[in-house]
Parts: sequence; C-alpha cells; structure tokens
Amino acid sequence: MTSLDITFLATGAVTIAAALLAVTTRQLVHSALWLVLSLGGLAGCYLVLGAELVALVQVLVYVGAVVVLVIFALMLTRAPIGPSAEHSTSRLHRALAAVLGAGVSALLLAVLLPLAGREAVARTPVDSSALAGDLFGTWVWPFEAISLLLLSALIGAFSVSRLAGGQTGGPS
Amino acid sequence: MIHLALPYAVAAALIGIGTYGVLARRNAVLVLIGIELMLAGAGLLLITAGAVGGDRWHGGNILTLFVITIAAAEVVLALAVIVAVFRRRDSIDISVTSAAPAHPEGHV
Repeated sequence: MTSLDITFLATGAVTIAAALLAVTTRQLVHSALWLVLSLGGLAGCYLVLGAELVALVQVLVYVGAVVVLVIFALMLTRAPIGPSAEHSTSRLHRALAAVLGAGVSALLLAVLLPLAGREAVARTPVDSSALAGDLFGTWVWPFEAISLLLLSALIGAFSVSRLAGGQTGGPS
Repeated sequence: MIHLALPYAVAAALIGIGTYGVLARRNAVLVLIGIELMLAGAGLLLITAGAVGGDRWHGGNILTLFVITIAAAEVVLALAVIVAVFRRRDSIDISVTSAAPAHPEGHV
C-alpha cells in the first residue's frame, strides 16, 4: 500500500458509501444531497489520480450546476419532505435490481481486474497548460461541436417547457 | 505509485450502484440520479486510463471533460422533459402507464 493507495481508498470509500445512500434513501431530497457528496468524493478521486483540471470542472459542473438543477426539479415536481415509500418499488423488484446491479459490477470487475495487474504503477500528473493546449489544438473541433450541443440542449429545454405550457389543461 | 485495482473497483461499484438506482426507483428524478452515477463511473475509468497511460493527446482527461459537459446537457433536457410530464400528468412515477388518467390518485 502506497500513500496514494490509502488516499484513494479514503476518497473512494466516501464516493461509494454516498452513492449507495443516494440510491437507497427513502427521502427524495436526501438522495440529491448524497449525490453531492458522492460526486465531490469522485472529484477527490480525480485529484488523487492527478487530474486537477477535471476535478475542478467536476466540482463546478456537477456539484455546482447539475445537482442544483436536480434539486430544482424535485421542488418543481412537489417532492414530499420526509420519508416516503411511494417512489420506491416492491421488495422483490428491489432485490432483482440489486442482483442485476451486483452482476454488472462483477462483470466489469472480471474484465478490469486482470488488466490492473499486481504491481503499483507510476501515475503521470497532467499539466493543466499542456491539457489546455491539446484541448484547443487537437481536440478543438469536438470542443466546438460540444458548444453547439449545449446550445441545442438550451433551445430544446426551452421549447419542451413552452410546448408543455401551451398544452396544459387541454385534452390529452 | 498507485495500484490500479482500486480505481477500477470503485468505477465498477459506481456503475453497479447506478444500475440499481435506475432499476429500483420509480421517481423519474431518482432514475436520473442513477444515470449520473453510471456516468461518474465511466468518467473514473477514463481518468484512470489517462493517469497511467500517458497518451500523447491527453485523451483520458479531455474525454472526461467532454463526458461531463454532455452529461450537463443531458440533465438539462431530461429535467425539462420531467417537469413537462409533471405539469401534464401531475406525477412523475414511471411505473404508471401512459393509459392512466391525468390524476392518478385513484389508481396508485
């Protein structure tokens, strides 16, 4: 165990524990708040792996924007405060879902663990200025395509909400 | 120096937990949270590959940035659709079929 291993173990444990609570808690708003902790822990994992810029973007975009949107959606759909069972499925359904989730994890582990090897490997921390140079050099066209994607998502969200607003109260 | 088994195990666990969240929840926003966890696991895999591979164009890091951006766009659209469905049907319970009336109180 190297010191990086121990640090990663801590951040990974926080991430997984918070993710488990996010999908199992009976309180809707708590689920979104556990998602904050899980994604924040994931940013810590990115830091340990040497990807500082991605960790910062993760905090900014996910913790700052996506989770706020999720909480807004919960408020707009009048999520009940306090524990409620009506958003949860039956016990059998949940057991089947747990089996399937564990199966997916086991399948991925079976593929990935032989790749990992037994020896510790040196990580290569990414220089942010080199990353920026590549982002606006090699990857500039995908980058521009993503800005177009964001614009179309914005317009799509507007038109979806306008469409639904115009038809409220009409016969379905 | 770091053992790669740990990041791989965390990524696999995140994707499994996300699958459980997608399958076991009935509220559409909670299903979206499961999808976010799956995307987080995929991002961790990309970052791990980039941290040790040392590829020439920093593909691991930059593709993770792209995944985060696309996920943000996806969340915006998905939440717009969810709010629109809620306005129309007063419920975002995805186990209620579309044949159900606008006010499902008598059916749940």
